[in-house]
Amino acid sequence: MLQERELKTFVDGTTNYFEIAAQQPASVGSPYLVTKGTPGVHGYTGVIKVSGKREGVVYFTAPRTMLTVLLMKLKETDFSDATLCDLVGEVANTISGNARRDFGRDFVISVPSVLTGDEVEIPMTANMRPYVIPINWRSHSAKLVVALK
Amino acid sequence: MFAVKASAAGPDPGRPRRLLIVDDSNIMRRHIERSQQFDDLEVVGTAANGVEAVELFKRTDPDVVTMDLTMPQMDGIECISQLVALKPTVRILVVSALADKATAVEAMEKGANGFLNKPFSDRQLNEALAELLRGS
Repeated sequence: MLQERELKTFVDGTTNYFEIAAQQPASVGSPYLVTKGTPGVHGYTGVIKVSGKREGVVYFTAPRTMLTVLLMKLKETDFSDATLCDLVGEVANTISGNARRDFGRDFVISVPSVLTGDEVEIPMTANMRPYVIPINWRSHSAKLVVALK
Repeated sequence: MFAVKASAAGPDPGRPRRLLIVDDSNIMRRHIERSQQFDDLEVVGTAANGVEAVELFKRTDPDVVTMDLTMPQMDGIECISQLVALKPTVRILVVSALADKATAVEAMEKGANGFLNKPFSDRQLNEALAELLRGS
């Protein structure tokens, strides 16, 4: 069973990005467990794989609209697909770095990979029930998905 | 945000310091370039990995480098070793999401002079650069 402390590390890694880089905090919606099927994704997804004490994946998935506004906050003027992928990868990179700091060497955390499209399948271990944490920023909503056992 | 541009002037105030930015994220390279507030710090190049960084370093002779750690081809730790071997007086600021103490210590042992965690605000970047330049 995932501990609250572990979940908090991933949530903090995500919200820190908005608070520090964009200078506008994100709010966290009520987390829920997905008991049937998969949580689904938005258009841009940064995935980190976790092994060691826990096994599975953690991903941050956001729509183009949210990422575009975030880029504007960073004073970026290039809103191409490549830049949006770069940005979602940076958010995942921050989540990964936070986890490495908090969990130490008990967790082996991969360098993030980035997927695009809203129909991609994120590979998950069978019988795993992922936590979904809504991340709300301005009028946009993204998801942090923690699927670890 | 700094309202007034700070000075990076060192022992030779007539010559701008030369900055090389190394990061595999294009956004991050441009963000650092845009956000650094020093009039007398000139960005002489940007590199997406350690191999490119070493090549650019030889061509542009920077005084200051911002260095990501997790990069393809050659990571930041190896790159720091190579840059310091080429120019022992170079000042290197590690800019990384790898926030654990062991990583920071390893980077410092290889020759880095400062460490800035990602994500960072403009103010944090400029304070870290100012600190780095004060020590040069």
